[in-house]
Amino acid sequence: MQSPSFSIGKFLYNWLLMFVVWFGFTSSLAPEELLTGVLVSFIVSLMTIGIFRCCSLDIFLPQKLFYIFKYIFVFIVALFKSNLDVARRVLSPSLPINPGIVEFDTKLTNEFAKMVLANSITLTPGTLSIDLVDNRFYIHWIDVQSEDPEEAHRLIAKNFEDILLKIFK
Amino acid sequence: MYIGYGLVLLGSIFLFLGSLGIYRMPDVYNRLQAGTKATTLGAMSLILGVGFIEPEWLIKTLFIVIFIAIANPLSSHALARAAYRANLTPFMKKKMDAYKSEFHQEKKED
Repeated sequence: MQSPSFSIGKFLYNWLLMFVVWFGFTSSLAPEELLTGVLVSFIVSLMTIGIFRCCSLDIFLPQKLFYIFKYIFVFIVALFKSNLDVARRVLSPSLPINPGIVEFDTKLTNEFAKMVLANSITLTPGTLSIDLVDNRFYIHWIDVQSEDPEEAHRLIAKNFEDILLKIFK
Repeated sequence: MYIGYGLVLLGSIFLFLGSLGIYRMPDVYNRLQAGTKATTLGAMSLILGVGFIEPEWLIKTLFIVIFIAIANPLSSHALARAAYRANLTPFMKKKMDAYKSEFHQEKKED
């Protein structure tokens, strides 16, 4: 985890990110819009610098960008699968569910990576993350296939975690 | 243009299935499961569809889609955790609750 201390580089990074969001929302090149954007994003990044904990700049290396795009692709496929899964369960008259709460440990150490993994687990078929204590995930599983932590880890999180390990070295 | 209409149709179908799921599921956690997934993809593709119909809004809608993808699972995670802490017992056919021991341990420490 990075230190929450103030540094110029981190502040500029935050400022730039805020300005990109501003530019996306206004999507205009008029000078007064851009000037207001620079000012507003400066103020907002001053206010949020204490809680700004994102990835360092090396995520823009081409090798890591490749894994980021791969992650987004895997994620969108999983999102579609999980929606079809919900549709199948909801539409079948017998309501085929067998819910339970399972646990497993993750190998990730970066806080941001753990957040991404928890969010991805929530959006993959049949799982919902309930809590995260240190390295241990607690997952509500709509159709429990295994109570064993190792097996649950393999079934739920393996392919996301492998890519995240490569991004957040 | 027609891509946009297709996406809006797809989104509304998923949103409908999600609300049906909220109606049919037996307890709060299963309802959250159905609700989160369906509303995430449903709202994402609906908003993106609007962006394709009105091309000058496309960048704005892309930002909204990214925001939904981050914020939606976070809120459902907070709701599920709060529901467990409010002692809402999960519906289970077989008893499988790994969180229970951890939860009681935490309570004793408080």
